[in-house]
Amino acid sequence: MTNNKTTTLKEAKGSILTPFKAIKYLFQKPHTLRYPFEAKEPSLRYRGFHLNDWEKCTGCGNCADICPNQAITMVKIEEIEAKPGRRNERPEIDYGRCCFCGLCVDICPPGSLRLSRDYIHIDHATNSFKYIARDEKTEAQSFVPADTYSVLNASLAHRKADYEGFVSDLNHCLFETERVHMPEVEAGERKLSFMEQVIGYNREEARKEAERCLECKLCEEACPAHMKISDYIDAIYEDKPDESMRKILEDNPLPSICGRICTRHCEKVCSVGIRGEALAIRWLKRYAADAVRDYKKAVEQAMPEPTGKKVAVIGAGPAGLSLAYFLRLRGHNITVYDALPAGGGTMLIGPPLYRLPREAIERDVSYIESLGVEFRFNTKVGEDVMFEDLLNEYDAVFIGIGTSKSRSTGIKNSDKCVLALDFLRQNKLGKGTKVSRRIIVIGGGNVAMDVARVALRQQNIQYPGEETEIKTVSLEDWDIMPASDDEIQEAKEEGVQFNPAWGPEEVVLDDEGNIKGLLCKKVKSVFDENGRFAPTFYEDQKMLLEGDMVIEAIGQAPDFSFIPEGLFKELKFTPRRKVDVDENGMTSIPKVFAGGDIVNTNLDAITAIADAKRAAQGIDNFLRKED
Amino acid sequence: MAERELELIFGPQHLGMVGNLSISLNVEGDTILSARVNPGYLHRGFEKLMEYRNWIQNFPLVCRINMIESEPVEMVYAMAVESLAGIEVPERAHYIRTMIQEMSRLSCHLTAAWAYTSILGFDTPAQWAMGDRDYLLDLFEELTGARVYHIYNMPGGVRRDLPEGFEDKLLAFLDAVAGRLPDYNSTFFENRLFFERASGIGKISAQDAVALGGTGQVLRGCGIKHDIRKLEPYAAYGDMDFEIPTREGGDAFSRVLVIRDEMVQSVSILKQCIEKMPSGKVYEKTPNPFKWKIPKGETYVRVESARGEFGLYLVSNGGNRPYRAHFKTPSFVHGLVILEKLLQGANIADVGNIMLSLYVIAPEIDR
Repeated sequence: MTNNKTTTLKEAKGSILTPFKAIKYLFQKPHTLRYPFEAKEPSLRYRGFHLNDWEKCTGCGNCADICPNQAITMVKIEEIEAKPGRRNERPEIDYGRCCFCGLCVDICPPGSLRLSRDYIHIDHATNSFKYIARDEKTEAQSFVPADTYSVLNASLAHRKADYEGFVSDLNHCLFETERVHMPEVEAGERKLSFMEQVIGYNREEARKEAERCLECKLCEEACPAHMKISDYIDAIYEDKPDESMRKILEDNPLPSICGRICTRHCEKVCSVGIRGEALAIRWLKRYAADAVRDYKKAVEQAMPEPTGKKVAVIGAGPAGLSLAYFLRLRGHNITVYDALPAGGGTMLIGPPLYRLPREAIERDVSYIESLGVEFRFNTKVGEDVMFEDLLNEYDAVFIGIGTSKSRSTGIKNSDKCVLALDFLRQNKLGKGTKVSRRIIVIGGGNVAMDVARVALRQQNIQYPGEETEIKTVSLEDWDIMPASDDEIQEAKEEGVQFNPAWGPEEVVLDDEGNIKGLLCKKVKSVFDENGRFAPTFYEDQKMLLEGDMVIEAIGQAPDFSFIPEGLFKELKFTPRRKVDVDENGMTSIPKVFAGGDIVNTNLDAITAIADAKRAAQGIDNFLRKED
Repeated sequence: MAERELELIFGPQHLGMVGNLSISLNVEGDTILSARVNPGYLHRGFEKLMEYRNWIQNFPLVCRINMIESEPVEMVYAMAVESLAGIEVPERAHYIRTMIQEMSRLSCHLTAAWAYTSILGFDTPAQWAMGDRDYLLDLFEELTGARVYHIYNMPGGVRRDLPEGFEDKLLAFLDAVAGRLPDYNSTFFENRLFFERASGIGKISAQDAVALGGTGQVLRGCGIKHDIRKLEPYAAYGDMDFEIPTREGGDAFSRVLVIRDEMVQSVSILKQCIEKMPSGKVYEKTPNPFKWKIPKGETYVRVESARGEFGLYLVSNGGNRPYRAHFKTPSFVHGLVILEKLLQGANIADVGNIMLSLYVIAPEIDR
């Protein structure tokens, strides 16, 4: 079958001379380029050497994780200052391994990593193939303008400036920028009652949201309690809420509470949040707590040998509860004292029911109680039990009293006003407060928003269908208003009226001594040039806000009256009027420890938990050293 | 055993060998008595490596299975992942995929034309083919950011939309290459010398071609209209109007002319792609690659590469990476089974001729 030519096709018609037609190409311009005198420009999305904007780069390391060739290593850069949400590590690329696929560019959350159109590197040293990517901004000397660039010198230290190639594109990146929508009760419906506003994720939604997590753990560095966020989110994604709960409870004994009202230091630094919406870390924690319900069954916490040591905790707020929990798990006997009838402290009276239902607090507190922590509610230290007695009776005392006194503005007739915490406390623990039809709330913080929105609901309950109004007055203008944007937005949706940049001057009374309104003056500035709080006003611009009830919500202060005077003198404070504690959480009074709002300036639950974690370790060391 | 039988090792270091392949020939005089192909010179263990990389990280890997034509490999992997994960691809992405598949086919055929013509000593058209291919690589660079390993197909579509003015550049190229076809014809395809050299060489019957598992030009060169693009239209091939070129001869000459005619068809498909290109999204986002798990399942998908059926059997056991991947590559069948058969009784001088007419690309065999 070898050479018998069976193919008789008409294609083979050509004469032996036809190939000579090709001679015409001799007279045409060649297609080849006379390199290097005639260089070819790489395309606009060419995938060449890396560029990295060091200012935008957060050191999250996603590029190193996605690299299929392990060409990227994160190296520590001493000159960069590390802070929460920004590590001092930057990617180093090994061009002996890099395949220029650009997956690192497509996974880069801040979009700082890009590929340039350069691809020539000439150097005699092999270690020069390892390169910590930078760009014109931080390494100007390596990027030269096109007219001084020479291909004969081309290397990673001699590249063309302004030569970006393959860059990040949010429509094509490898992470999801949009959050799974959190269902909420509409403003019109929710303002009529205290029903919980945020409905919470269901299983599918939670898993879908958890799936967005890139596991870079920037959030864990930003969380005051350093919760294992990446792990518990991954457990949610794996559909193991029990496992998720175990991870959460390692660092935070209040998941139901924090899952609803946490101030979210984590979400502020979330990688995905840089160009998209941050992971809903708080809602995921809430999902885990809600999905598990019975923590004890899910976690099966092993209890250590009892040590026989006794610790008294003053205050059953986030700091006191957490301290009790962490120390109980180290085998000590804990007794918690609180003046309120139930656990939760500020959480119990502060956050309104539509944000934090009682049931959520109870779930966290009862878990801590189930571990063997003893609670003495309705017991005010300094009245029902003496501080000195606690000091004598217990091996250590922890103060986590928070700020329980509302500050007053002290303006004329301010004694006629209601204080925010009194209002909230009565509303949650009492039978509900009698409110009037036209209420003025002084303050622009989150507590003021809580007060306004609680009062609005009470109005809707007490005067259904009638015309009512709620006004807030704050020194701060919109741009510096301390309340969170969400709170402001939701309050607006519900019908709260705002009067930003007005300062209260006098509560105006009518002839019978009833409140008629609030006289306000226009604010010139809130802070002085050093950034200190020192409001100034335009004395000639005044306005009378009409109303028949004024609630002051301008801040809170701690109540140290339970500490005897002689001992109180020994208690040292920082310049910012916070209780001074050492690295073990111990105050200047021996065997007295402290944490929470009286110690830190963040004034939130998660920082109180972090304080408690530190103090628990400190107390544990202290008690074991005593033996 | 014949009286003067010798063993001759042909390749991988041999002028007549294209690619990292070796053939042991038992010869008597100039005639080959039997042949044994020794693959393994380019074994990189891709299928095993894929089991250790997540679904997305595999893209820069799979394209390296065939450096001459990486597109069908990417495509088949993307399609397999889409089929396992149940992902819908936007219409425009289907068209862009079709477009890049045809560009890839053209580029591969031009490379084949270079290899085949230069092995037969037709150096002039060989240079033209290489040159024309380079213009296509420029277009690939424009579209994907890379010339050879494009890493452009992703599950859910393609990685970036067409750059501005791309269609015009592609059309200009198509007109230029179509304009050079008469020159290719006169110097090579219709050249008497080529006919003398290829006609009747490496002849296989339609029956044998089917029985031995041949696809692509091996079948079409025997007159069998077999093309996955028509059999199971994928991407936007269902909307394209094109012919399946066939020849009856079953020899090297027929197979090479099928390749030529396919280039003409590719030019036509590319023009249709540009004409019918819908607007809209080109990429449907897939889950975060670090967490993406694909439900348990297995799938076999196939596309028509430049050389024949290119398939992938992909298994997921519910994890974030493949449990098993196995490629069915056309060169495996053509280069091992059919080549050994066709070499029996052939002339030593025709080894390269037969091998390249079967369109064997060695790295595909080894993987």
